Amino acid sequence: MSFIPLLLALVLSPLLFGVINRTKAFFAGRRGQPLLQTYFDMWKLLHKGAVYSRTTTWIFRAGPMVGLAATLMAATLVPLGNFPALVAFPADFLLFAGLLGLMRFFTVAAALDTGSSFEGMGASREVFFSALTEPALLVALATLARQTGQLSLSAMLEPVSAAHWLQSGPVLALVVIALLIILLAENARIPVDDPNTHLELTMIHEVMVLDHGGPDFAFILYSSALKLWLFAALVVGIVAPATGNAWWNLLLATGGMFVVAVVVGVIESIMARLRLVVVPQLLVGAGALAAVAFLLGLI
Amino acid sequence: MLTTNFILVLVVLTNLKLLGSSRLGASIRVVAAQGVILGFLPVLAHWHELSLHFALLAVGTVVIKGVVFPWFLFRAVREAEVTREIEPYVGYVASLVSGVLALGVSFWMCTRLPMPEDIASPWLAPVAFFSIFAGLFLIVSRKRAVNQVLGFLVLENGIYTFGVGVAARTPLLVEAGVLLDVFVAVFVMGITIFHINREFDHIDVDRLSTLKDS
Repeated sequence: MSFIPLLLALVLSPLLFGVINRTKAFFAGRRGQPLLQTYFDMWKLLHKGAVYSRTTTWIFRAGPMVGLAATLMAATLVPLGNFPALVAFPADFLLFAGLLGLMRFFTVAAALDTGSSFEGMGASREVFFSALTEPALLVALATLARQTGQLSLSAMLEPVSAAHWLQSGPVLALVVIALLIILLAENARIPVDDPNTHLELTMIHEVMVLDHGGPDFAFILYSSALKLWLFAALVVGIVAPATGNAWWNLLLATGGMFVVAVVVGVIESIMARLRLVVVPQLLVGAGALAAVAFLLGLI
Repeated sequence: MLTTNFILVLVVLTNLKLLGSSRLGASIRVVAAQGVILGFLPVLAHWHELSLHFALLAVGTVVIKGVVFPWFLFRAVREAEVTREIEPYVGYVASLVSGVLALGVSFWMCTRLPMPEDIASPWLAPVAFFSIFAGLFLIVSRKRAVNQVLGFLVLENGIYTFGVGVAARTPLLVEAGVLLDVFVAVFVMGITIFHINREFDHIDVDRLSTLKDS
């Protein structure tokens, strides 16, 4: 049964973007694009050809493929509900962070390979911000490991009971808030980066993929959807309540994923994008929250 | 127990917020909120033996720290016409990181200290020490006089937290005396800030050392 979390991630992850966009459309008083728009976009892109600049090398073509492969491998490590992940071993959360780092490295390398100055700027920002979010992510996961006494993501993220929340509620709440900020930063959502922006000067993630087209861009779209799904699964894994039945737990957790998407949509609707100089402060704040949770969990 | 822990976490978060914020108005509100939150601490920490003593202490703390101090400080800020700390000696990100380090040191220190058996929460002593450190840090790392007064208040909040949780039998008179001391201190500081500003057109304390008789 351990293939269920992976299967759900593969099938449902592009739907998260649809839910976020619908939530934003609701706040703006628009009807919004169809919920399945990301699937349509990917279908369209897969049927296009790709154009490659003569100045690029194999790194540019490898970027999206390695990125998607790394994200798919990371997806095999993340459980959902009571169902463990396809692959689970002690300290696999380090591999999870490492695979996401590999994905980012190849996205950045492909962006630099184009030689475009805008892409270099976006790559520089992406690397700077991720240098701040990665420690926060690792400290948050270490806190979870410490609280649950488990070292594997599948065991850490089993549905927690109400008694566990009563015992270490403040610690878990801090971890959830830190993970939410990390989710927004890592997936280029609004307080950090604007996914809809069309001005290269302000873009971070989108500017790095400007020169990719066709199937390559479909791969990038799909891997960013998967990445959003994985981070949402971390948050849901801590928050989702436990019921007696494993299938009910799975249903609750899957519903929780879309609740996270709605929360992201609400945050994007009610907040403005932060100035670039303020973003590091937010990310260090997320790291500080995770560190406080870790320290409080020690006693 | 859970509510006490919740209050202590809120105190930690308000301290970190103070270390990372540049707006004086927001900082004053955060310190006021911290005072009000701490006002509930004696009531919750000694819920089963609630007496008039703790009720009076809570009411006094909430009124003085939540209403009177903010009023004084807002008045000082308005008179001095400053809204934010421009260039602190230590930047905001560095302050946040130092705050987390100070929290770690507090936790380490409290594992080495002998603690009484009936302490309200294992987090109480570390959080109290962290408040003291954060207050001292604010006093030495900020230029605006208002921020230094806020640091003094946070320092006092730390001592208060420690007193409420560890020494449950402190006589009312001593607590009232401490509260009165702080009240007078903030009163004097408020007037001083006003006077500094009127004499020298700014409240940056680092510029006071360059005064000359002329």
